Amino acid sequence: MFEAVALTAFLEASVRLTAPLALAALGETVTERSGVINIGIEGSLITGALCAALAALSSGSPGVGIVVGGLGGAVVALGFAAFVIGLNTDQIITGTATTLAGLGFTGAIYQARFGATGTTLTLPVLQPVPLPILSNVPVLGSTLFYQAPTVYLVYILAPLIWFFLFRTEWGLELRAVGEEPAAAEAAGIRIGWTRLLAIVFGGTLAGVAGAHLALDSGTFIEGMSSGRGFIAIAVVVLGRWNPIWVLAAAFLFGSASALQFLLQAMGLNTPYPLLLALPYLLTLAALAGWVGRTRAPAALALPWPREST
Amino acid sequence: MAADGHRLGPLTVSLVALTLTGIFTAGALWIGGYAPMSALGSLFTGAFGSVDRFLSVTLVHAVPLVLTGLAVAVAFRAGVWNIGAEGQFYAGAVAGVWMGLHVGHLPAVMAISATLLAAGVAGSLWALVPALMRLRLGVGEVITTILMNFVAVHLVSYVVRWPLQEARGVFPNTDMVGEAVRLPILIPGTRLHAGFALAMVLCLVLWAVFRFTAFGFGVRAVGASEAAARLSGRIDVRRVVLSTFLISGALAGLAGGVEISGRTFALYEGLSPGWGYTAIAVALLAGLNPLGVVFTGILFGALEGGAGAMQREAGVPAAWVSGIEALVMLAVLAVDQAARRIRPVVLDVTHRREAQEAQGV
Repeated sequence: MFEAVALTAFLEASVRLTAPLALAALGETVTERSGVINIGIEGSLITGALCAALAALSSGSPGVGIVVGGLGGAVVALGFAAFVIGLNTDQIITGTATTLAGLGFTGAIYQARFGATGTTLTLPVLQPVPLPILSNVPVLGSTLFYQAPTVYLVYILAPLIWFFLFRTEWGLELRAVGEEPAAAEAAGIRIGWTRLLAIVFGGTLAGVAGAHLALDSGTFIEGMSSGRGFIAIAVVVLGRWNPIWVLAAAFLFGSASALQFLLQAMGLNTPYPLLLALPYLLTLAALAGWVGRTRAPAALALPWPREST
Repeated sequence: MAADGHRLGPLTVSLVALTLTGIFTAGALWIGGYAPMSALGSLFTGAFGSVDRFLSVTLVHAVPLVLTGLAVAVAFRAGVWNIGAEGQFYAGAVAGVWMGLHVGHLPAVMAISATLLAAGVAGSLWALVPALMRLRLGVGEVITTILMNFVAVHLVSYVVRWPLQEARGVFPNTDMVGEAVRLPILIPGTRLHAGFALAMVLCLVLWAVFRFTAFGFGVRAVGASEAAARLSGRIDVRRVVLSTFLISGALAGLAGGVEISGRTFALYEGLSPGWGYTAIAVALLAGLNPLGVVFTGILFGALEGGAGAMQREAGVPAAWVSGIEALVMLAVLAVDQAARRIRPVVLDVTHRREAQEAQGV
């Protein structure tokens, strides 16, 4: 009996922790398919979390928080795009700076608004919504179909993005921009605009992911994104830039993060910092075992137009 | 990357970038409802206001920034995107404090050497993981070095609560290392320790290595174009990449050891307020030049050192400083790229002038 309860709780936590990773990774999949690696989604995530917290606090509605969180993430991504597309700056360094700017300024705004003393912020929490019929299925019902709306967004977006990328004209154009920008441009596709849209889409989803973090836990903590944006980028690699596999990879890491709850529930006296390090170690191990067999979009992280010097 | 392919020198790029950052920061502070001049003023006096503040605050903060900045500069020079200085710093701090707690009975020279050596080796080993993943498995180092940072942060939090927790077992920090392990103070009455001198010497050494040795040439060649370096047949690219990773990791690890041995004498969570990330800004603003790192390291030391005063006197949260550091990075990137674009115009002007001179106008 206890085992069954623990297992259900573990699966429920896995799904809940998968959602932000999956959202950020699905967005980044689209961005990277266009040939841009955006390491700044960590900055979009934390900005989304703060924007969601502030909006939910003033409106009293978590739904408003989600929307504003997505907008916040999009604005950060727009800043990244201005540099990478407008000025053709290095994507890795620009992304790192975007993340640092996001972490720094959200911290500054949070401290200005709520003080540096660390009073716990209490936000309206994103309530789980049971899906009719489906939520009554044993075990799976309460884990997969009795979740927050952001989780359902993941279920919808993964196949939708797959369909967009591999079954539509626009998806083909986007992938062409990421594989052969020169040929795509010759075919009349506007490289800059395509990449701009892909970056902003990725930033929006990262912002929603951040909003989920804040509104699911009911609080905002400085730096609460704690590297999820970076794990999401690894998840994209593990999922081979295919939304369906990306979702599967995200679930793997959601479960790794949920493992700490399971082990704590089983009463094992494990030093918890080592458990907290587990998702990062698992990501490293998975990258080591996996990456040789994948191929990134050919133009990923390369400058466009190519430098003449 | 930085400051190549256009006529503006790295110094010009850095100065323009700093000016832009200053203007932008002042504007952002104003929008945020602060008085920009008084905020930046208290930041400045906090860092440079007195001889003691400069020596005991700014220069002491500069030590880890110069060392990690060097680590990043060396790596970026070779096109090794080591974003992992933060993790390598912590690996060095863990090994340093462990060694320091074991060698307290030795003569000071030996105790300090052992501590710093352990820190450097640990930093190298921490960098070895992403290095091997890149060289053996083809996994890009950007994500792996970042992931290693998070592993290191949790490792510290484990170490200070379990194996190396202080003797009473109450607080999440280690015991203090003994007197023999502590770096000597350079100027009596200040907190400026010998780690500063060490950092300066290393800047000079690395500058000379880059400029005068075959290895330095190899690093620059691989950084300029890995394919060209490989095709030349004279440079063992894999070896250059591996050595660069290890040196970079050792420098960042050493920074962790120097912090333990020179400033805090104990390890605790949050020992670094993100120095390994600030280091990227330090290195970029220096144009990846080890001598430049001396100045940019001190500049960012002033920024970190003055942040406290800015918070106390002008009520501006210290977290602004991390944002400002990110702005510096973006400004360097933007100015560097913008300089490339204006190059044809510049060339055009000089040619016209030459032509005019030739015609005797």
